[in-house]
Amino acid sequence: MTGRHEEAGWTAPAPAPAAAGNEAGCAAAGRGRNDPPPGTWRRRAPAIAAAAGLLALWQVIVSGFGVPTYIAPSPVQVLQVFVEQGDILWLNFWPTLMEAASGFLVGNTVAAVLAVWFVHSQLAERAFYPIAVFVNTIPIIAVAPILVLLLGNGYAPKIVIAALICFFPTLVNMVRGLKAVSPQMLELMRVLSASGREVLFKIRLQSSLPFLFAALKIASTTCVIGAIVGEWIGSNYGLGSLIIEATYNFRAPLLYATVILGAGMAVAAFTIVTLVERRVLKWKPPEVF
Amino acid sequence: MSPTAAGSAASPGAGRSESPAAGPAAVSVRDLAVRFESDAGPVTALDGVSFDVPAGGLVTMLGPSGCGKSTLLRAVADLVPLSEGEISVFGRTPEEARLARDFSFVFQDATLLPWRSAIDNVRLPLEVGGRNGSVEQHAEPDELLALVGLAGREAALPHELSGGMRQRVSIARALVCRPRVLLMDEPFGALDEIARDKLNEELLRIWRETGTTIIFVTHSIPEATFLGQKCLVLSAHPGRVREYVGIDFGEARTLATRDTLEFVEVTAHLRRLLGESG
Repeated sequence: MTGRHEEAGWTAPAPAPAAAGNEAGCAAAGRGRNDPPPGTWRRRAPAIAAAAGLLALWQVIVSGFGVPTYIAPSPVQVLQVFVEQGDILWLNFWPTLMEAASGFLVGNTVAAVLAVWFVHSQLAERAFYPIAVFVNTIPIIAVAPILVLLLGNGYAPKIVIAALICFFPTLVNMVRGLKAVSPQMLELMRVLSASGREVLFKIRLQSSLPFLFAALKIASTTCVIGAIVGEWIGSNYGLGSLIIEATYNFRAPLLYATVILGAGMAVAAFTIVTLVERRVLKWKPPEVF
Repeated sequence: MSPTAAGSAASPGAGRSESPAAGPAAVSVRDLAVRFESDAGPVTALDGVSFDVPAGGLVTMLGPSGCGKSTLLRAVADLVPLSEGEISVFGRTPEEARLARDFSFVFQDATLLPWRSAIDNVRLPLEVGGRNGSVEQHAEPDELLALVGLAGREAALPHELSGGMRQRVSIARALVCRPRVLLMDEPFGALDEIARDKLNEELLRIWRETGTTIIFVTHSIPEATFLGQKCLVLSAHPGRVREYVGIDFGEARTLATRDTLEFVEVTAHLRRLLGESG
């Protein structure tokens, strides 16, 4: 680590110690994050063991006490649904995925654009921020019927609900991120006679990225909830409608399988956002991850 | 040689001793006053400040905290509006000088963009302010990194560099447009003493190699003495010129200069001035 030390970098600008310092820096920065560090499995083993244990306990209780299937199915019965009724599950999986993904895209885009506008116009922020807060306070389950009345029974209301649920966290975080530029950095840009556009594109957007990704992680899971809630209200396709149908027909194993599939979708979306974040925010010091 | 007091700050000839001071004034400040509106009413940060910085000179600015030395530097840099008086940078107003990139500014914080490598941070001034990377007369970023002792670290991200190294990158960035004046606001204030000593020596070398006029704000008496050909001592509330002290140790200043009797005499004189104005 001598290359990182002030003295060494100073008195010996020769490439050898500097390069050594570079390597040390890279190692510290955690390059090659894709390879799990040693001990990863050992750290994850307790969680895996606990999950497996709980599943086993569930199976034992359901079969041991003779709980009727329509009240609580056993894990094995739920697994059977995935094997035997997989086509129904997948048929309803894709519409929900499409709605959630579209809502994610629309909600976050609108929020990001609005945040840029708010940061540049105090008038706009004063006029519309309170309205955004108000809209956010209305429970999404109460907005859903209104949107179904307005937009009909198709994809549109579901996408709008998923977008609405993504919108607010991203707006708040993005406004904070765009404003999180040090006063000295802004002074530097003034000394350089930089335009507002240059400050936005060279400084503000980049420094808002950590805030944006924090919001996108939230949005990646809530957009799935939004799509499913939208399908509850008025729909004959999608995981949401399947949940309603399975509940009313006492098809508990199908209900459980549908819920698990919805959760899986959210987890997958969260993982994708996290992976993209790691690629985009390579410049963040490692301790932030 | 003992410190030669210039007495009145408005007489730029007095107290001058080292050779580069013979040229025309690079920065000229006349009867400057800066006032702010605060919640507690108007505050006078600077009042009746006049002095000249000779072209190619290195002037340090010393004063108790709150004396407005940072405000004075910011007024030269067109970051603070003048209430009275005038400032000229090579005959231009601060705004004209800013647009012409006559000066650059080094802050106490390195203010590097964390997502840019060292060399891309140095390039930043070439990309903004309508420059689009094609500046008429700019220095080569990699040569500047070598000048500040960071050869081989071009690709390093700021978080991979030490505090002293980051400040070196920010000095290289300040030099990339070949400014005629370098304004430095306590640039080494956040560094440990060892790093600060090294950078002081290094700054003198860079100053000699580039011929840039430097105004250097500090609250360290040894730093002000070691670097300055002249030291502008300010008093506080409101900020006024206490004395414009000429400092002459001959040509070569090294860290050993700090152990000489002359050096101690100057620091004692500056300390007395600060004590009186405190």
